[in-house]
This record gives sequence, C-alpha cells and structure tokens, in this order.
Amino acid sequence: MRTKALVAVIFIGIILFWAVEDMPAFGDPDSPATRYTGEMFIQEAQKDTGIANIVTAILVSYRGFDTLGEVIVIFTAGISVALLLRRGGRL
Amino acid sequence: MRENVVIRTVSRLAVPFIQLFGLYVIAHGASGPGGGFQGGVAFAAAFILMIIAFGIADVRKRINNRGIMIFSIFGIALYAAVGLLSILYAGNFLQLNVIEAALGIPHLHGILIDIAEAGIGITVMAIMISIIYDMADTGGESA
Repeated sequence: MRTKALVAVIFIGIILFWAVEDMPAFGDPDSPATRYTGEMFIQEAQKDTGIANIVTAILVSYRGFDTLGEVIVIFTAGISVALLLRRGGRL
Repeated sequence: MRENVVIRTVSRLAVPFIQLFGLYVIAHGASGPGGGFQGGVAFAAAFILMIIAFGIADVRKRINNRGIMIFSIFGIALYAAVGLLSILYAGNFLQLNVIEAALGIPHLHGILIDIAEAGIGITVMAIMISIIYDMADTGGESA
C-alpha cells in the first residue's frame, strides 16, 4: 500500500513538473492571463467602478453574485459547525 | 491560564488595536488592499485572543450565540440589500453602476461596494466567532 502511494505521488509529481515547462514565464506580459480579461479589467475597472482597487472591483462589482454565493457558503459552513458541535442549545 | 497577568495585560492592550486594524481593512476594501473577508477574520481574531486570555464565559457576556446569528444574517442581508437596490433602479441584481447613473452622486459605486464589503466582514466575523465558540466550548453551562 505504501509503495503504491509512493509510486502514485512520484507519478503525479513528474506530470506536474512536466506541465510546469509549458507555463508562461513569471510576469510574462504575453501570457494568456494578462492578455485577455486581465488587460480588460486593468483598462476598464477604474472607469467602470471609480475605485482604485481592481481586486475589490472584480470581487464585488463584476463578480458580485459570485461573492454573495461565497458569503452564503461561509454562512452555511458556520451553521453546519454549530449544528454538529453545539450541544443542547439553539442556534 | 486565567491568573496569567502577562497574557491578560498584553491582550487587553492588543485587542483594541486588532479590532481597529480589522475595521481599517474592511473600510479600505475599495481604496487599497483590503476587503471584507480579510478584515472580518482580523476582527474575529481579536475575539479569539479575548477567549484565550479571559475565558469563554467573559466573552459570551459581550456577544452571545443569538447576537452572533443576528450579525451573520445581517451581513448577508446587507449585501443582498445592495444587490436588490440596483433592481429598484432598473438594473440587474448587483449591477451597481445603474444606481450611480440614476442618482448622479459621484463615487456612489465605491460607497456601495464598501457597504457590501462591510456586509461580508460582519458575516465572516460572526461566523468565525461562532466556530471558535463551538470548538472552545466544553459543553457545560459554566464553560
């Protein structure tokens, strides 16, 4: 069992190192992440939202619905912990 | 633990600054590095420090389970209210730019984002305290 796990880990590690070769260089301006939506957000975010922090502009304005879902996920996780661990009490 | 003067004194000094830093991070979500998730966790860290230093019973007197649930629901409701506000101004849910266009107030978009971030922060803070209450609780009434 241990040998199998070791073989699996080494195999996955080789695949990951193999995939690293194809990744764009660090800070590459021509990488796909900076060329399409990234470039659009950098150019438009200040004009669209009027705030300086692009990360927050994407998080709350462009992808606000996604962030609302994230908050509800955290809320659900907290309720679940309370229901599992809290003894004898109410929420 | 409860008799340790050093821990109690240091945490009594540190808690207001940690809470202030948490509020700073939440309030600067739009204009600098920050946001509701990080600020809420920083704010909850102050409560966790208080639980470590003063015991869970003292902290429970300040904010109980009912208050935590009210806070966590209020945060989501605040965020959703910002989203519903844009429906009133004939936009989609959470389409914040229509409100600024309709009212004509400058920087309103950023203010609405800050309100939504505050909602995120309140929910994250309350849920973090709720989890630490449940994990630190020993089960008895005197815990």
